[in-house]
Amino acid sequence: MQLSPDRPARPAGTGGHVLPVRATGVTIRRGGRALLDGIDIGIEPGPLTVIMGPNGAGKSLLLRVLATLVRPDAGVVTWGGTMPDRGRAPQLGFVFQKPVMLRRSAIDNVRYALKAAGVPRGERDRRAAEALAAAGLERLAGSPARVLSGGEQQRLAIARALATGPEVLLLDEPTANLDPAATLAIETQVQAAHRAGTTVVFVTHDLGQARRLADDVAFVHHGRVAERTPAHRFFSAPSSEAATAFIEGRLIP
Amino acid sequence: MQDFGAAFGEAFRLLVSLDPDLVEIVALSLRVSLGAVLAAAAIGLPIGAALAVARFPGRGVALVALNSLMGLPPVVVGLLVYLALSRAGPLGPLGLLYTPAAMMIAQMILVVPIIAAVSRQTIEDMKEEYEEQLRVLGVGPSGMVATLLWDARFSLLTALLAGFGRAIAEVGAVIIVGGNINHVTRVMTTAIALETSKGDLALALGLGLILLGLAITVNAAVMLLRRTAGHAAFA
Repeated sequence: MQLSPDRPARPAGTGGHVLPVRATGVTIRRGGRALLDGIDIGIEPGPLTVIMGPNGAGKSLLLRVLATLVRPDAGVVTWGGTMPDRGRAPQLGFVFQKPVMLRRSAIDNVRYALKAAGVPRGERDRRAAEALAAAGLERLAGSPARVLSGGEQQRLAIARALATGPEVLLLDEPTANLDPAATLAIETQVQAAHRAGTTVVFVTHDLGQARRLADDVAFVHHGRVAERTPAHRFFSAPSSEAATAFIEGRLIP
Repeated sequence: MQDFGAAFGEAFRLLVSLDPDLVEIVALSLRVSLGAVLAAAAIGLPIGAALAVARFPGRGVALVALNSLMGLPPVVVGLLVYLALSRAGPLGPLGLLYTPAAMMIAQMILVVPIIAAVSRQTIEDMKEEYEEQLRVLGVGPSGMVATLLWDARFSLLTALLAGFGRAIAEVGAVIIVGGNINHVTRVMTTAIALETSKGDLALALGLGLILLGLAITVNAAVMLLRRTAGHAAFA
């Protein structure tokens, strides 16, 4: 467990660690098809893991299973070696492809997350302001969250997820709908959080983005983890046929 | 036609001079209908929230029943409340028949399904959007209901206004359980029915104009609420 000193203190009212986050034999079937087919994957403290794969491979579904948003038909998910529970949810930050903004101001969105995590009232204002400042959104603190631009909303969603000081941040294609400038801002924000000690899992199908961010790549194909390789090796010498084809830009079977 | 014109003139005179009878009738109408809507909100909002959030066997049947109840005929509700409150009825000993309280109860029964059905739809739509986000923040079921009610407050207020519109304009139920007793249970709609049948068109028209004005005010309020909420992006 590597913790950097400038990492926010763990909020009161949440018990225990969520890392490692682990899926064992996770299977999800819909309409006779196995969308996830006996997946085993573990998220250990430390690296920035990118989950890659073509559309429909099951990347996003896998991420939702790890966050217990979707219950697997078979297999188990554990957080820190035990069954997940709601009390530890604030330790696991989650960012959706399309940000969900509550009908309140930007800073109140962050305050809401802090309150849900059991942060004492007296600390919420300071920590919400810090989270917005870290995301470069302090100027927009009082604006209704739903009138922010797409990029600003996603930065706010990430700031909100980070405000509670989670051990791990899961992001489901957070830049899929954004222009290059907004994408860069999101990548910078995520990298800063990672440097500050947050373990990160980032789902994308964008090869360039994966190269920029990854320490570690899990390649998902046909509902299975085809390979899990350190980034420096993955992009030059992937071990699976599917990943090789994907990197070369060929259609994969 | 001349009668009609004279009646209009007389109606305006009653309005402008704040005729005491007219003021008394309007005040009682507002008191009964506002009371009915507040009571209906206290019952209907929790029902709507529960139906929006909970999943249970028979939920589909409950939703169909609720939506059908929105079309309850006021005279039928009046009749049922009359039977319950009449001396031989189960609530007879309370002695509420032919009182403003009885009229509030009848209107409340008419308004509860409207508030419950509209708030159920509003809250369920918002839950669709919020649920996963709130779950990853670690918000439990009761916290989720509280958040949905708060964030949907502008839309829910329009449900209350719609309920008020139905209550204030309704005549069938209040005439049965209130009896249209002068100075006791005479409200705008029952007074209009009575005065029209007596041929006293002036008071009937004056009250009719006030009712129309209220309907316009309520609808304008709904629209204004939607627009300001939309501008602030809270809707």
